[in-house]
Amino acid sequence: MTEPALLQATNVRKHFGEIEVLKGIDLTVKQGQVVSLIGASGSGKTTFLRCVNLLEEHDGGEILLDGDPIGYRMVGSTRKRLSETKISAQRARIGMVFQQFNLFPHLTAGQNVMLGLTKVQGKSAAEAKEIAEHWLGRVGLAERRDHYPYQLSGGQQQRVAIARAVAMQPRLLLFDEVTSALDPELVAEVLGVMQALAESGMTMLLVSHEMLFVREVSHHVLFLDQGRVAQEGRPSEVFDNPESERLRSFLGRFHGIFSR
Amino acid sequence: MIDYHFDWSVIARNWDKLIDALLLGLWLAVISLAIGCIIGILTAYARLSGKKWLSVPVWAYVEFIRCTPLLLLIFFLYFGLPEFDITFLDKTESFVLSLSLYAGAYMSEVFRAGLSSIPKQYVEAAKAIGLRPWQRQAYVVLPVMFRITLPAVSNNLISLFKDTSLAAAIAVPELTFIARQINANTFRVMEVWLTASALYLATAYLIAILLRQVERRYASIR
Repeated sequence: MTEPALLQATNVRKHFGEIEVLKGIDLTVKQGQVVSLIGASGSGKTTFLRCVNLLEEHDGGEILLDGDPIGYRMVGSTRKRLSETKISAQRARIGMVFQQFNLFPHLTAGQNVMLGLTKVQGKSAAEAKEIAEHWLGRVGLAERRDHYPYQLSGGQQQRVAIARAVAMQPRLLLFDEVTSALDPELVAEVLGVMQALAESGMTMLLVSHEMLFVREVSHHVLFLDQGRVAQEGRPSEVFDNPESERLRSFLGRFHGIFSR
Repeated sequence: MIDYHFDWSVIARNWDKLIDALLLGLWLAVISLAIGCIIGILTAYARLSGKKWLSVPVWAYVEFIRCTPLLLLIFFLYFGLPEFDITFLDKTESFVLSLSLYAGAYMSEVFRAGLSSIPKQYVEAAKAIGLRPWQRQAYVVLPVMFRITLPAVSNNLISLFKDTSLAAAIAVPELTFIARQINANTFRVMEVWLTASALYLATAYLIAILLRQVERRYASIR
Protein backbone atom coordinates (compact mmCIF):
# COMPACT_ATOMS: atom_id res chain seq x y z
CA MET A 1 0.00 0.00 0.00
CA THR A 2 2.75 2.44 -0.86
CA GLU A 3 1.10 4.39 -3.66
CA PRO A 4 -1.50 6.88 -2.43
CA ALA A 5 -5.13 6.43 -3.37
CA LEU A 6 -6.46 8.48 -6.24
CA LEU A 7 -9.99 8.14 -4.93
CA GLN A 8 -10.65 7.43 -1.29
CA ALA A 9 -14.21 7.14 -0.04
CA THR A 10 -14.83 6.64 3.65
CA ASN A 11 -18.16 5.85 5.26
CA VAL A 12 -20.14 7.61 2.50
CA ARG A 13 -23.79 8.08 3.33
CA LYS A 14 -26.65 9.45 1.31
CA HIS A 15 -30.36 9.92 2.01
CA PHE A 16 -33.19 10.57 -0.37
CA GLY A 17 -35.75 11.92 2.06
CA GLU A 18 -36.40 9.17 4.60
CA ILE A 19 -34.63 6.49 2.66
CA GLU A 20 -30.96 5.88 3.28
CA VAL A 21 -29.56 4.64 -0.01
CA LEU A 22 -25.89 4.61 0.97
CA LYS A 23 -25.21 3.32 4.47
CA GLY A 24 -21.49 3.89 4.77
CA ILE A 25 -19.51 2.97 1.68
CA ASP A 26 -15.72 2.57 1.89
CA LEU A 27 -13.85 2.34 -1.36
CA THR A 28 -10.34 2.97 -2.63
CA VAL A 29 -9.23 3.39 -6.21
CA LYS A 30 -5.53 3.63 -6.95
CA GLN A 31 -3.97 5.17 -9.98
CA GLY A 32 -4.33 2.88 -12.99
CA GLN A 33 -6.83 0.58 -11.32
CA VAL A 34 -10.18 -0.55 -12.63
CA VAL A 35 -12.68 -0.91 -9.82
CA SER A 36 -16.19 -2.20 -10.43
CA LEU A 37 -19.42 -1.96 -8.49
CA ILE A 38 -21.94 -4.71 -8.97
CA GLY A 39 -25.26 -5.37 -7.34
CA ALA A 40 -28.99 -5.44 -7.90
CA SER A 41 -30.78 -2.27 -8.97
CA GLY A 42 -31.50 -0.13 -5.95
CA SER A 43 -28.35 -1.29 -4.19
CA GLY A 44 -26.89 2.23 -4.40
CA LYS A 45 -24.10 1.72 -6.93
CA THR A 46 -25.25 4.39 -9.38
CA THR A 47 -25.95 6.81 -6.53
CA PHE A 48 -22.45 6.30 -5.24
CA LEU A 49 -20.98 6.95 -8.68
CA ARG A 50 -23.03 10.14 -8.98
CA CYS A 51 -21.79 11.28 -5.57
CA VAL A 52 -18.20 10.98 -6.79
CA ASN A 53 -19.01 13.42 -9.61
CA LEU A 54 -21.20 15.64 -7.43
CA LEU A 55 -24.30 14.99 -9.45
CA GLU A 56 -25.60 13.96 -6.04
CA GLU A 57 -24.21 15.27 -2.79
CA HIS A 58 -23.35 12.75 -0.11
CA ASP A 59 -24.50 13.77 3.32
CA GLY A 60 -22.10 11.79 5.44
CA GLY A 61 -18.54 10.53 5.27
CA GLU A 62 -16.01 11.83 2.83
CA ILE A 63 -14.83 11.35 -0.71
CA LEU A 64 -11.26 12.42 -1.44
CA LEU A 65 -9.87 12.88 -4.92
CA ASP A 66 -6.09 13.13 -4.81
CA GLY A 67 -6.53 13.97 -1.15
CA ASP A 68 -9.01 16.83 -1.69
CA PRO A 69 -12.53 16.47 -0.32
CA ILE A 70 -15.13 16.48 -3.07
CA GLY A 71 -17.83 19.16 -2.90
CA TYR A 72 -16.85 20.96 0.29
CA ARG A 73 -13.95 22.18 2.36
CA MET A 74 -13.47 22.01 6.06
CA VAL A 75 -13.62 25.24 8.02
CA GLY A 76 -12.60 24.21 11.50
CA SER A 77 -14.75 21.17 12.06
CA THR A 78 -17.69 22.19 9.87
CA ARG A 79 -18.20 21.43 6.20
CA LYS A 80 -18.54 24.36 3.89
CA ARG A 81 -20.03 23.70 0.49
CA LEU A 82 -17.76 24.79 -2.35
CA SER A 83 -18.88 27.43 -4.82
CA GLU A 84 -20.40 26.21 -8.09
CA THR A 85 -17.25 27.33 -9.91
CA LYS A 86 -15.02 25.24 -7.65
CA ILE A 87 -17.37 22.29 -7.92
CA SER A 88 -17.25 22.61 -11.71
CA ALA A 89 -13.45 22.61 -11.54
CA GLN A 90 -13.53 19.41 -9.47
CA ARG A 91 -15.89 17.77 -11.92
CA ALA A 92 -13.53 18.63 -14.76
CA ARG A 93 -10.95 16.31 -13.18
CA ILE A 94 -13.37 13.40 -13.35
CA GLY A 95 -14.90 12.06 -16.53
CA MET A 96 -18.27 10.39 -16.67
CA VAL A 97 -20.02 8.25 -19.22
CA PHE A 98 -23.76 7.78 -18.81
CA GLN A 99 -26.21 5.00 -19.46
CA GLN A 100 -28.15 7.14 -21.96
CA PHE A 101 -25.02 8.57 -23.69
CA ASN A 102 -26.25 12.15 -23.09
CA LEU A 103 -24.52 13.60 -26.13
CA PHE A 104 -25.38 17.23 -26.77
CA PRO A 105 -27.98 16.90 -29.52
CA HIS A 106 -27.21 20.20 -31.23
CA LEU A 107 -23.51 19.45 -31.69
CA THR A 108 -21.73 17.05 -34.03
CA ALA A 109 -19.63 14.22 -32.66
CA GLY A 110 -16.51 16.33 -33.04
CA GLN A 111 -18.11 19.39 -31.40
CA ASN A 112 -19.32 17.23 -28.53
CA VAL A 113 -15.73 16.26 -27.79
CA MET A 114 -14.42 19.79 -28.33
CA LEU A 115 -16.84 21.67 -26.07
CA GLY A 116 -15.16 20.89 -22.77
CA LEU A 117 -11.69 21.29 -24.26
CA THR A 118 -12.36 24.85 -25.43
CA LYS A 119 -14.75 26.12 -22.78
CA VAL A 120 -13.42 24.38 -19.68
CA GLN A 121 -9.77 23.89 -20.49
CA GLY A 122 -9.42 27.02 -22.60
CA LYS A 123 -7.74 25.27 -25.51
CA SER A 124 -7.78 26.88 -28.94
CA ALA A 125 -10.29 25.57 -31.46
CA ALA A 126 -7.49 24.16 -33.60
CA GLU A 127 -5.91 22.29 -30.72
CA ALA A 128 -9.29 21.03 -29.49
CA LYS A 129 -10.11 19.82 -32.98
CA GLU A 130 -6.87 17.88 -33.17
CA ILE A 131 -7.51 16.25 -29.80
CA ALA A 132 -11.10 15.46 -30.76
CA GLU A 133 -9.99 13.84 -33.99
CA HIS A 134 -7.39 11.82 -32.13
CA TRP A 135 -9.90 10.44 -29.64
CA LEU A 136 -12.65 9.89 -32.16
CA GLY A 137 -10.06 7.91 -34.09
CA ARG A 138 -9.22 5.89 -31.01
CA VAL A 139 -12.87 4.88 -30.61
CA GLY A 140 -13.08 4.10 -34.32
CA LEU A 141 -15.27 7.02 -35.36
CA ALA A 142 -12.87 9.41 -37.08
CA GLU A 143 -15.02 9.61 -40.19
CA ARG A 144 -18.18 10.29 -38.17
CA ARG A 145 -16.95 13.48 -36.58
CA ASP A 146 -19.38 15.68 -38.53
CA HIS A 147 -22.39 13.51 -37.76
CA TYR A 148 -25.02 14.64 -35.29
CA PRO A 149 -25.98 12.28 -32.48
CA TYR A 150 -29.30 11.40 -34.13
CA GLN A 151 -27.35 10.18 -37.16
CA LEU A 152 -25.37 7.69 -35.07
CA SER A 153 -26.29 4.29 -33.65
CA GLY A 154 -26.47 3.83 -29.89
CA GLY A 155 -23.10 2.13 -29.82
CA GLN A 156 -21.52 4.90 -31.86
CA GLN A 157 -23.08 7.55 -29.63
CA GLN A 158 -21.69 5.84 -26.57
CA ARG A 159 -18.24 5.67 -28.10
CA VAL A 160 -18.41 9.40 -28.85
CA ALA A 161 -19.44 9.94 -25.23
CA ILE A 162 -16.40 7.98 -24.10
CA ALA A 163 -14.16 10.03 -26.41
CA ARG A 164 -15.73 13.21 -24.98
CA ALA A 165 -14.89 12.09 -21.45
CA VAL A 166 -11.38 10.78 -22.15
CA ALA A 167 -10.35 13.78 -24.26
CA MET A 168 -10.48 15.90 -21.11
CA GLN A 169 -7.69 13.70 -19.69
CA PRO A 170 -9.50 13.14 -16.42
CA ARG A 171 -7.79 11.67 -13.38
CA LEU A 172 -10.63 9.22 -13.07
CA LEU A 173 -13.27 7.95 -15.45
CA LEU A 174 -16.72 6.90 -14.23
CA PHE A 175 -18.90 4.53 -16.23
CA ASP A 176 -22.55 4.28 -15.20
CA GLU A 177 -24.08 1.16 -16.77
CA VAL A 178 -22.91 2.35 -20.13
CA THR A 179 -24.06 -0.70 -22.06
CA SER A 180 -27.48 -1.12 -20.45
CA ALA A 181 -29.30 1.00 -23.02
CA LEU A 182 -27.67 -0.63 -26.01
CA ASP A 183 -28.96 -3.33 -28.31
CA PRO A 184 -27.10 -6.56 -27.54
CA GLU A 185 -25.16 -6.53 -30.81
CA LEU A 186 -23.77 -3.07 -30.03
CA VAL A 187 -22.49 -3.89 -26.55
CA ALA A 188 -19.24 -5.46 -27.73
CA GLU A 189 -17.98 -2.39 -29.58
CA VAL A 190 -18.37 -0.25 -26.45
CA LEU A 191 -16.82 -2.84 -24.15
CA GLY A 192 -13.94 -3.11 -26.60
CA VAL A 193 -13.22 0.60 -26.27
CA MET A 194 -13.43 0.37 -22.48
CA GLN A 195 -11.09 -2.58 -22.39
CA ALA A 196 -8.52 -0.74 -24.50
CA LEU A 197 -8.77 2.22 -22.11
CA ALA A 198 -8.27 -0.03 -19.10
CA GLU A 199 -5.23 -1.59 -20.73
CA SER A 200 -3.79 1.85 -21.45
CA GLY A 201 -3.73 2.50 -17.71
CA MET A 202 -6.77 4.74 -17.35
CA THR A 203 -8.14 4.75 -13.82
CA MET A 204 -11.74 3.65 -13.98
CA LEU A 205 -14.66 3.17 -11.62
CA LEU A 206 -17.54 1.37 -13.20
CA VAL A 207 -21.03 0.24 -12.48
CA SER A 208 -21.92 -2.60 -14.78
CA HIS A 209 -24.10 -5.62 -15.33
CA GLU A 210 -21.64 -7.07 -17.83
CA MET A 211 -20.29 -9.65 -15.41
CA LEU A 212 -17.91 -11.30 -17.82
CA PHE A 213 -16.38 -7.95 -18.66
CA VAL A 214 -16.20 -6.89 -15.02
CA ARG A 215 -14.46 -10.09 -14.16
CA GLU A 216 -11.97 -9.69 -16.96
CA VAL A 217 -10.91 -6.06 -16.59
CA SER A 218 -11.34 -5.26 -12.90
CA HIS A 219 -8.61 -5.20 -10.31
CA HIS A 220 -11.15 -4.97 -7.55
CA VAL A 221 -14.87 -5.69 -7.37
CA LEU A 222 -17.39 -4.53 -4.77
CA PHE A 223 -20.78 -6.15 -4.37
CA LEU A 224 -23.24 -3.60 -3.04
CA ASP A 225 -26.38 -4.72 -1.29
CA GLN A 226 -28.94 -2.33 0.18
CA GLY A 227 -26.50 0.53 0.44
CA ARG A 228 -23.64 -1.44 1.95
CA VAL A 229 -20.57 -3.18 0.59
CA ALA A 230 -21.53 -6.81 1.20
CA GLN A 231 -18.40 -8.34 -0.25
CA GLU A 232 -15.31 -7.13 -2.05
CA GLY A 233 -12.05 -8.43 -3.35
CA ARG A 234 -10.31 -9.55 -6.48
CA PRO A 235 -12.75 -10.62 -9.20
CA SER A 236 -11.93 -14.29 -8.72
CA GLU A 237 -12.66 -14.06 -4.98
CA VAL A 238 -15.98 -12.35 -5.44
CA PHE A 239 -17.19 -14.39 -8.38
CA ASP A 240 -15.91 -17.79 -7.32
CA ASN A 241 -16.42 -17.59 -3.58
CA PRO A 242 -19.57 -15.63 -2.92
CA GLU A 243 -19.90 -15.49 0.85
CA SER A 244 -23.51 -14.44 1.15
CA GLU A 245 -26.68 -15.98 -0.13
CA ARG A 246 -27.59 -12.63 -1.73
CA LEU A 247 -24.40 -12.50 -3.78
CA ARG A 248 -24.88 -16.14 -4.76
CA SER A 249 -28.39 -15.49 -5.95
CA PHE A 250 -27.33 -12.25 -7.67
CA LEU A 251 -24.58 -14.05 -9.55
CA GLY A 252 -26.91 -16.95 -10.22
CA ARG A 253 -28.89 -14.69 -12.51
CA PHE A 254 -25.80 -14.43 -14.68
CA HIS A 255 -25.10 -18.12 -14.40
CA GLY A 256 -25.31 -18.79 -18.10
CA ILE A 257 -22.45 -16.42 -18.71
CA PHE A 258 -20.06 -18.18 -16.39
CA SER A 259 -20.76 -21.72 -17.49
CA ARG A 260 -19.61 -20.92 -20.98
CA MET B 1 -70.62 47.14 -56.42
CA ILE B 2 -71.56 45.79 -59.83
CA ASP B 3 -70.74 49.15 -61.36
CA TYR B 4 -67.33 49.18 -59.74
CA HIS B 5 -64.61 49.71 -62.34
CA PHE B 6 -61.16 48.62 -61.31
CA ASP B 7 -58.40 51.09 -61.93
CA TRP B 8 -55.08 49.59 -60.91
CA SER B 9 -53.05 52.58 -61.99
CA VAL B 10 -53.48 53.97 -58.49
CA ILE B 11 -51.50 50.99 -57.19
CA ALA B 12 -48.80 51.42 -59.81
CA ARG B 13 -48.43 55.06 -58.90
CA ASN B 14 -48.14 54.31 -55.21
CA TRP B 15 -46.22 51.05 -55.47
CA ASP B 16 -42.98 52.33 -53.92
CA LYS B 17 -44.88 53.84 -51.03
CA LEU B 18 -46.70 50.58 -50.37
CA ILE B 19 -43.51 48.53 -50.48
CA ASP B 20 -41.74 50.93 -48.13
CA ALA B 21 -44.69 50.66 -45.76
CA LEU B 22 -44.62 46.87 -46.00
CA LEU B 23 -40.91 46.77 -45.22
CA LEU B 24 -41.42 49.09 -42.26
CA GLY B 25 -44.03 46.68 -40.88
CA LEU B 26 -41.70 43.75 -41.38
CA TRP B 27 -38.89 45.61 -39.63
CA LEU B 28 -41.18 46.51 -36.71
CA ALA B 29 -42.14 42.85 -36.34
CA VAL B 30 -38.56 41.58 -36.50
CA ILE B 31 -37.19 44.08 -34.02
CA SER B 32 -40.09 43.55 -31.64
CA LEU B 33 -39.59 39.81 -31.84
CA ALA B 34 -35.89 40.24 -31.09
CA ILE B 35 -36.57 42.41 -28.05
CA GLY B 36 -39.44 40.12 -27.12
CA CYS B 37 -37.12 37.12 -27.18
CA ILE B 38 -34.73 38.82 -24.78
CA ILE B 39 -37.61 39.74 -22.46
CA GLY B 40 -38.95 36.22 -22.91
CA ILE B 41 -35.71 34.48 -21.93
CA LEU B 42 -35.10 36.68 -18.91
CA THR B 43 -38.66 36.35 -17.66
CA ALA B 44 -38.73 32.62 -18.34
CA TYR B 45 -35.65 32.18 -16.14
CA ALA B 46 -37.24 34.45 -13.53
CA ARG B 47 -40.40 32.38 -13.64
CA LEU B 48 -38.44 29.14 -13.18
CA SER B 49 -36.09 30.55 -10.55
CA GLY B 50 -38.28 29.33 -7.71
CA LYS B 51 -38.04 32.78 -6.13
CA LYS B 52 -41.45 34.31 -5.48
CA TRP B 53 -40.28 37.91 -5.74
CA LEU B 54 -39.14 37.15 -9.27
CA SER B 55 -41.78 34.75 -10.49
CA VAL B 56 -44.89 36.55 -9.23
CA PRO B 57 -44.23 39.87 -11.07
CA VAL B 58 -43.46 37.91 -14.24
CA TRP B 59 -46.65 35.91 -13.88
CA ALA B 60 -48.61 39.18 -13.46
CA TYR B 61 -46.93 40.69 -16.52
CA VAL B 62 -47.63 37.68 -18.71
CA GLU B 63 -51.26 37.40 -17.65
CA PHE B 64 -51.85 41.13 -17.99
CA ILE B 65 -50.55 41.15 -21.54
CA ARG B 66 -52.34 37.97 -22.52
CA CYS B 67 -55.68 39.11 -21.17
CA THR B 68 -55.82 42.66 -22.53
CA PRO B 69 -56.14 43.73 -26.17
CA LEU B 70 -52.91 44.76 -27.87
CA LEU B 71 -54.51 47.95 -29.20
CA LEU B 72 -55.16 49.07 -25.65
CA LEU B 73 -51.49 48.62 -24.76
CA ILE B 74 -50.49 50.62 -27.84
CA PHE B 75 -52.84 53.48 -26.88
CA PHE B 76 -51.78 53.33 -23.27
CA LEU B 77 -48.09 53.66 -24.05
CA TYR B 78 -48.53 56.22 -26.82
CA PHE B 79 -51.07 58.50 -25.15
CA GLY B 80 -50.55 57.53 -21.54
CA LEU B 81 -46.80 57.76 -21.02
CA PRO B 82 -46.54 61.45 -22.03
CA GLU B 83 -48.98 62.14 -19.19
CA PHE B 84 -46.21 60.98 -16.89
CA ASP B 85 -43.72 63.22 -18.70
CA ILE B 86 -42.20 60.27 -20.51
CA THR B 87 -41.92 61.84 -23.93
CA PHE B 88 -38.68 60.63 -25.44
CA LEU B 89 -40.41 57.98 -27.54
CA ASP B 90 -41.77 58.90 -30.96
CA LYS B 91 -44.79 57.04 -32.30
CA THR B 92 -42.77 54.32 -34.00
CA GLU B 93 -40.59 53.70 -30.95
CA SER B 94 -43.65 53.71 -28.75
CA PHE B 95 -45.22 51.09 -30.99
CA VAL B 96 -42.06 48.96 -30.92
CA LEU B 97 -42.14 49.12 -27.13
CA SER B 98 -45.77 47.97 -27.11
CA LEU B 99 -45.22 45.16 -29.56
CA SER B 100 -42.03 44.06 -27.76
CA LEU B 101 -43.80 43.89 -24.41
CA TYR B 102 -46.60 41.97 -26.08
CA ALA B 103 -44.18 39.58 -27.81
CA GLY B 104 -42.16 39.24 -24.60
CA ALA B 105 -45.14 37.87 -22.70
CA TYR B 106 -45.85 35.24 -25.32
CA MET B 107 -42.19 34.34 -25.75
CA SER B 108 -41.89 34.05 -21.99
CA GLU B 109 -44.44 31.24 -22.01
CA VAL B 110 -42.84 29.61 -25.04
CA PHE B 111 -39.37 29.67 -23.49
CA ARG B 112 -40.62 28.59 -20.10
CA ALA B 113 -42.09 25.48 -21.68
CA GLY B 114 -38.92 25.05 -23.75
CA LEU B 115 -36.60 25.30 -20.78
CA SER B 116 -38.74 22.90 -18.76
CA SER B 117 -38.67 20.35 -21.55
CA ILE B 118 -34.87 20.11 -21.79
CA PRO B 119 -33.94 16.63 -20.61
CA LYS B 120 -32.00 16.65 -17.35
CA GLN B 121 -29.38 14.35 -18.88
CA TYR B 122 -27.98 17.09 -21.10
CA VAL B 123 -27.39 19.30 -18.09
CA GLU B 124 -25.74 16.42 -16.25
CA ALA B 125 -23.46 15.75 -19.20
CA ALA B 126 -22.57 19.45 -19.23
CA LYS B 127 -21.83 19.28 -15.52
CA ALA B 128 -19.74 16.17 -15.98
CA ILE B 129 -17.34 17.84 -18.40
CA GLY B 130 -16.92 20.68 -15.91
CA LEU B 131 -18.95 23.47 -17.51
CA ARG B 132 -19.83 26.20 -15.04
CA PRO B 133 -23.50 27.09 -14.45
CA TRP B 134 -23.69 29.97 -16.95
CA GLN B 135 -21.71 27.94 -19.50
CA ARG B 136 -24.20 25.10 -19.18
CA GLN B 137 -26.96 27.55 -20.04
CA ALA B 138 -25.07 29.29 -22.84
CA TYR B 139 -23.62 26.28 -24.61
CA VAL B 140 -26.12 23.54 -23.93
CA VAL B 141 -29.49 24.57 -22.51
CA LEU B 142 -30.22 27.66 -24.61
CA PRO B 143 -29.07 26.25 -27.97
CA VAL B 144 -31.19 23.15 -27.41
CA MET B 145 -34.14 25.24 -26.25
CA PHE B 146 -33.97 27.48 -29.33
CA ARG B 147 -34.15 24.47 -31.58
CA ILE B 148 -37.10 23.05 -29.66
CA THR B 149 -38.99 26.36 -29.67
CA LEU B 150 -38.16 27.45 -33.22
CA PRO B 151 -41.58 26.53 -34.67
CA ALA B 152 -43.34 28.51 -31.94
CA VAL B 153 -41.05 31.48 -32.49
CA SER B 154 -41.78 31.33 -36.23
CA ASN B 155 -45.51 31.40 -35.61
CA ASN B 156 -45.06 34.38 -33.34
CA LEU B 157 -43.14 36.29 -36.00
CA ILE B 158 -46.02 35.83 -38.44
CA SER B 159 -48.55 36.94 -35.83
CA LEU B 160 -46.46 39.97 -34.91
CA PHE B 161 -46.08 40.92 -38.54
CA LYS B 162 -49.86 40.97 -38.94
CA ASP B 163 -50.22 42.85 -35.66
CA THR B 164 -48.07 45.68 -37.01
CA SER B 165 -51.23 46.81 -38.83
CA LEU B 166 -52.43 48.09 -35.44
CA ALA B 167 -49.69 50.73 -35.63
CA ALA B 168 -51.96 52.51 -38.12
CA ALA B 169 -54.03 53.55 -35.12
CA ILE B 170 -51.26 55.84 -33.95
CA ALA B 171 -50.27 56.94 -37.48
CA VAL B 172 -47.11 54.89 -37.88
CA PRO B 173 -46.70 54.81 -41.68
CA GLU B 174 -46.83 51.07 -42.15
CA LEU B 175 -48.86 49.25 -44.77
CA THR B 176 -52.34 49.56 -43.28
CA PHE B 177 -51.87 53.25 -42.54
CA ILE B 178 -50.52 54.01 -46.02
CA ALA B 179 -53.24 51.96 -47.66
CA ARG B 180 -55.86 53.91 -45.75
CA GLN B 181 -54.16 57.16 -46.74
CA ILE B 182 -54.12 56.24 -50.44
CA ASN B 183 -57.71 55.13 -50.12
CA ALA B 184 -58.70 58.45 -48.60
CA ASN B 185 -57.00 60.38 -51.36
CA THR B 186 -58.15 58.31 -54.32
CA PHE B 187 -61.30 56.47 -53.19
CA ARG B 188 -59.97 53.33 -54.91
CA VAL B 189 -61.28 51.15 -52.07
CA MET B 190 -61.07 47.72 -53.66
CA GLU B 191 -57.73 48.17 -55.39
CA VAL B 192 -56.02 49.48 -52.30
CA TRP B 193 -57.35 46.98 -49.79
CA LEU B 194 -56.99 44.02 -52.10
CA THR B 195 -53.39 45.00 -52.75
CA ALA B 196 -52.65 45.51 -49.08
CA SER B 197 -54.19 42.12 -48.28
CA ALA B 198 -52.19 40.44 -51.02
CA LEU B 199 -48.99 42.02 -49.75
CA TYR B 200 -49.66 40.87 -46.18
CA LEU B 201 -50.53 37.40 -47.37
CA ALA B 202 -47.52 37.02 -49.65
CA THR B 203 -45.10 38.32 -47.06
CA ALA B 204 -46.48 36.21 -44.21
CA TYR B 205 -46.41 33.15 -46.43
CA LEU B 206 -42.84 33.91 -47.47
CA ILE B 207 -41.79 34.21 -43.82
CA ALA B 208 -43.42 30.86 -43.13
CA ILE B 209 -41.54 29.19 -45.99
CA LEU B 210 -38.22 30.74 -45.02
CA LEU B 211 -38.59 29.76 -41.39
CA ARG B 212 -39.55 26.24 -42.38
CA GLN B 213 -36.17 26.05 -44.13
CA VAL B 214 -34.42 27.32 -41.00
CA GLU B 215 -36.28 24.76 -38.90
CA ARG B 216 -35.24 21.99 -41.25
CA ARG B 217 -31.63 23.09 -41.03
CA TYR B 218 -31.67 22.97 -37.27
CA ALA B 219 -33.66 19.77 -37.05
CA SER B 220 -30.72 17.98 -35.45
CA ILE B 221 -32.80 17.31 -32.37
CA ARG B 222 -34.78 14.06 -32.34
